[in-house]
Amino acid sequence: MSSKSRDQKSAGAGLVDRRSALAGIAAGTAAAVAPFNIVKAQAKVLKIGVILPRSGVQAFFGQSCAKGAEIAEEVLRQVGYDQKFEILNADFESNVDVARSRAERLINDGAHVLVGPFDSGAAMAIAQVTEQKRVPFVCNIAAVPQLTEQGYKFVFRIFPTSVDLVRNGLLGFKDVFAATGKTPQTAVFMHINDTFGQANKAAIDKLFPAANMPFKILDTIAYDPAARDLSVEVAKAKATNADLLMVVSRLNDAILLVREMVKQRWEPMGIMSPGSPGMYEAQFFQTLGKYSDYAVSVVPWYNPTTKLSALVGSAFNKKFPKDSLVGNIFNVGFTFESIMVAVDAFKRAGTTDPVALADAIRQTDLANRLMIGGPIKFDAKGQNMNVGSAVLQNFNQRPSVVFPKEAAEAAPVFPVPGWSQRA
Amino acid sequence: MPADLILNVAVGGVLTGLVYGLMALGLSVIFGVVRVVNFAHGEMMTLGMYAAVVLFGSFGLDPLLMLVPVAAALFVIGYILQSTLINPFVNRPEHSQFMLLVAVAMIMVNGLLMAFGPNARNTLVSYALDSYQVGPVIIDAVRLYAALAALAVAVALFAFFKLTPTGKAIRACADNYLGAQVVGLNVKRLYAFTFGVGAACVGAAGCIMVLLIDVTPQIGPAYTLLAFVIVIVGGLGSMPGALLGGILIGLSEALAGLFFVPSAKGMFAFAILVLVLLLRPQGLLGKKA
Repeated sequence: MSSKSRDQKSAGAGLVDRRSALAGIAAGTAAAVAPFNIVKAQAKVLKIGVILPRSGVQAFFGQSCAKGAEIAEEVLRQVGYDQKFEILNADFESNVDVARSRAERLINDGAHVLVGPFDSGAAMAIAQVTEQKRVPFVCNIAAVPQLTEQGYKFVFRIFPTSVDLVRNGLLGFKDVFAATGKTPQTAVFMHINDTFGQANKAAIDKLFPAANMPFKILDTIAYDPAARDLSVEVAKAKATNADLLMVVSRLNDAILLVREMVKQRWEPMGIMSPGSPGMYEAQFFQTLGKYSDYAVSVVPWYNPTTKLSALVGSAFNKKFPKDSLVGNIFNVGFTFESIMVAVDAFKRAGTTDPVALADAIRQTDLANRLMIGGPIKFDAKGQNMNVGSAVLQNFNQRPSVVFPKEAAEAAPVFPVPGWSQRA
Repeated sequence: MPADLILNVAVGGVLTGLVYGLMALGLSVIFGVVRVVNFAHGEMMTLGMYAAVVLFGSFGLDPLLMLVPVAAALFVIGYILQSTLINPFVNRPEHSQFMLLVAVAMIMVNGLLMAFGPNARNTLVSYALDSYQVGPVIIDAVRLYAALAALAVAVALFAFFKLTPTGKAIRACADNYLGAQVVGLNVKRLYAFTFGVGAACVGAAGCIMVLLIDVTPQIGPAYTLLAFVIVIVGGLGSMPGALLGGILIGLSEALAGLFFVPSAKGMFAFAILVLVLLLRPQGLLGKKA
């Protein structure tokens, strides 16, 4: 009996052990998993995936934006953000399809929020991924209106839409004409044929008829984003005999345009952009020298008088002593502010949980800014409501603010001197 | 449309087409003799362009003057490539050759990326923005010099193949491989020499091309494709055909940009390719197989 009892006890003990073991495994698994969920949601380090075109035709922009990300930690510490964050870098090679896969990889690598990408087409692709994965996406630079018109809940943009860009741009043109007393009668419009260029063209088509502009557009010429030669396009534009060249460009094409204009001896009253990059970038000045002067761009710009601008400028000059701040500030500024939005939301949310982060971003109210405009606040669609534009004109191979008057560094010049008259 | 505009654009197209022709000439020479399609052709031109950029940036040497030394350097690279890597693949299936040369191309692109980074580079020579006015026609000085240099290189190449014993031996290899072996020609050495000549040709084209466009490590594949289009239009293996194809493609791109949508001008090169393949599959100056 004792033997049986021992056996039963032993068997019973075995059963209990197995049950205990199973229960223990279940409890252990639950206990093991639950804290991870909590740890994931309440991670102490915010991982920010910064996705940019660091190579390919937009490499300059991508690398310029990346500088904004590189100085973010130092500057944010100085303005009181002691939250820990880590930057995960990705290059989408100036290719929209690659942008989609890189965004997925960043999220798989643990990014809690994505920032980027300086490109409208890439922004649209990334937004689809972040919406599907329910990860917040703070768009630094991309103007295509549809980005914030699709009802996405995780997409936020601090940059203006192309409609706002062009509206501000056309108003800026009028300011220049009024200040100089000279008005062109005709214009030819040249634009890059990508998502950004087409969005700007659509905005011009929409706004121009009601804008009461003093000139009429004689012709619209679209060109390939990867064009390596714009001689035909410029010859065609020149043949219109337009007084003004209105351009929506990137960087390489802006350089090609001006080169061809010099070669073909085409001297309109001016070259003006109603809100596109290219003509205020460092590489534009380095490559074209004196021929880069007098081009006008109406774009969102930085306010050099703010404390944050001084901190960013100081950090930039320390980290990139060979680079020009004004030649990079547009890209640096919007990328830095996007990271600031993410870190600020992390600070308020106290968690990396994507839904909580998105909610916190939606409640953003950042008055301490670098770029011109009111506090960063997003509307229900995720669009920043307060972005202003400045009218820039290039003088002595650097962009100078000519409007608004309160920030003006120089008076506008229009019509501009001919190519042979440049000193 | 004003006649002077058409004339201006056409002149620019022909001048650009001559440079395209020189670039494609190298591909045609290699295929005509070695019967290997060089899928690293555009990347080899990119090497030539970077060599010109470095020489200009470091020593201020004009790319047109550096044409001969850069072509010589590319000749050496081409010779070594053929003797060591490609020669064992000459009699292998075409897909093996394809994979080998695509791998070579990828190594070149990534090597250039590591060495120079992704940013566009150029050579801002003193005459970069000069132009000549002849009546109503404004001729871009750089394009004119580039076209003249391309013509000079093409003439030198034709002379080499027509007048020199080595050139004649290479042509003999191309015409009759077995016969060339029977009469005692060192075919392997001649193949390597031919690949070297093709590489030198495309290196020279790179030196000229860098005056017209900015270079990045990734531009190679687009020019490999363009070179294929040109040699197929002109006739695979035909040297005059490559030049003619280049001019035709350069001109068609320019005029298509003028008369149709400029952003679609690249499409017309492929439209010509399709037409040629349908109506004259051997190419405009090619021989029927």
